[in-house]
Amino acid sequence: MANPTLLRRARKGDTSLGLALVWLGPALLLIIGVVVFPAIQLVRAAFSQYSITGLRLGDAGTTNFSNVLNHPSLTTVLTNTVVWVVVVVVFTVLISLGVAQFLAKDFFGRKVVRWAIIVPWAASLVITAKLFTMIYDYYYGTLNLLLQTLRITSEPIDFLGDDRWTMMSMIVVGVFVSVPFTAYVFVAGLSAIPGDVYEAAKIDGASPWQTYWRITLPLLRPAMIVASVLNIIYVFNSFPIVYTLNDRNPGFTHDTTITFMYKLAFKSAEKDVGMSAAAGIFNVLLILIVVVIYLRTIKWQEQEN
Amino acid sequence: MATATNAATSGPPATSAAAATPVTSKTSGSRPRSGWARARRYVLPLVGLAVALAFLGPYIVMVLNSLRPSSDVVQTPPTFLPRTWQLSTFGDVLGDQRFLNWLKSSVLVATTSTVIVILVAVPAAYFTSRFRFPGRTAFLLLVLVTQMFSPTSLVVGLYREFFELNLVNTYLAIILTNSAFNLAFAIWILHGFFSSIPKEVEEAAHLDGCSRWGTLRRIMLPLTLPGVVTAVVFTFIAAWNEYVVALTLILDDDKKPLTVGITSYVTGYEQHWDQLFAASIIAIIPVVILFAFIEKHLVGGLTAGSIK
Repeated sequence: MANPTLLRRARKGDTSLGLALVWLGPALLLIIGVVVFPAIQLVRAAFSQYSITGLRLGDAGTTNFSNVLNHPSLTTVLTNTVVWVVVVVVFTVLISLGVAQFLAKDFFGRKVVRWAIIVPWAASLVITAKLFTMIYDYYYGTLNLLLQTLRITSEPIDFLGDDRWTMMSMIVVGVFVSVPFTAYVFVAGLSAIPGDVYEAAKIDGASPWQTYWRITLPLLRPAMIVASVLNIIYVFNSFPIVYTLNDRNPGFTHDTTITFMYKLAFKSAEKDVGMSAAAGIFNVLLILIVVVIYLRTIKWQEQEN
Repeated sequence: MATATNAATSGPPATSAAAATPVTSKTSGSRPRSGWARARRYVLPLVGLAVALAFLGPYIVMVLNSLRPSSDVVQTPPTFLPRTWQLSTFGDVLGDQRFLNWLKSSVLVATTSTVIVILVAVPAAYFTSRFRFPGRTAFLLLVLVTQMFSPTSLVVGLYREFFELNLVNTYLAIILTNSAFNLAFAIWILHGFFSSIPKEVEEAAHLDGCSRWGTLRRIMLPLTLPGVVTAVVFTFIAAWNEYVVALTLILDDDKKPLTVGITSYVTGYEQHWDQLFAASIIAIIPVVILFAFIEKHLVGGLTAGSIK
């Protein structure tokens, strides 16, 4: 083992491509077959024209893309998406910070609270969404009953039918199902902060608020980035809530880009696979851009400080 | 009344906890200000109760609605508690052949997908955490990118692929999709766990004549069991709860999984709210139990390798 290169390679665990393929092969096959290939299919579909039964009729050039860009509902759908993603993610992060602080404490019954919070996370989104269609119902809904019993409103509110309320009603459900996961990420982040940092702050006479702003929040940064990025992706791609709660409304008034795309291919009268694929490509690009911008901004702030 | 704190109030109690906690967290402990220190013992569990109710409230409504006939659910004026209690819905649902078919599909799809993910993710995660090789960064990047694509955003592409392979309306199509899209998360978690085991442990096993595969099986897997369990549970739950791909790719009613199947209890044509909610509870119970089972590992497992 006098050869220095060999020695270094052995220590660093360098190995050949062939051996790597044996261990990574199955994973690569699965990813290429069911993620990369459908992505290519999506691109192909976006440049093709399809019959209503799904048969490929031929090239469509860029017609599908221009159809999406000229769609009368495009502005509405894009605005909805921005509102949906920004509001849900911001409220989720803020509420989760509080919940996580609380969960990190030691008190009687903490275990029960932790289990309770898991339920909205564990339950299928479509089940929770269906449940909320009943809770929000104009005639029979528990929420209207509650608001009227507490004398907060005198008349029932049509949460899912009244255009002024629909988006907000969906956002509440979006936050409700996103908080558990996010809170748990923050609990992990909090538990990674060593206790002696707080000891030091106390000795230096920092007030609780100072400790929180100057120590806890900055040290939670990694958890915050992970939680925000994952939430942006999840909320952007979230389908069942918008699809289910908005079920009864015609058109695209409350759709986000994801449900818009889905309805184009599978629910609209035209069943336009090509146009839906073009919308899908815009979706993928949009999420890439958003995540990159977000990560950039975070880094930029780091340098500013 | 317990149900009073549901849906609408899921925000407020949590937010008030947010406002209160930073103060409470530091005033405790070595600065025993008599009043607060004593009150704390009662205030915290009460806030805890409010938080728990905020998250459970909607599901309490679900349980109450599963215990009343559908005609009672849709009767004005609405009531919090059932006017007529009816326990038979759970029996009806469990005796419903359609429901049993959906349940069977869910069990089959979730179990198979989980087995595939673990068999594929363990070697990949182990290898990338231990060795440097050409293309390692590219592979990890590919895994990361997969994480960003949900099956929802690719659903049209998936549909085209399975359509051309003649696999629309088959279990295989949704099993493969579930496996592929949960692979990234499993590799990510396992990679973190494997990296946390010191190399010396393995080197010792190596010196004792253990093969690479033997080391993984006899030394590494037992040491990283919490990580493996977390990956198993997460994959199972994700596959169990998957909706959009099954909605798109499965056409036969008897092949639908629970998530897609039970929505047909309430449509524009028929409204069996009692059955919808009873079926939903039956679908939720196994996942909640699984989650509670790994609750301890959730914190570490979720963030292994990413928050350091």
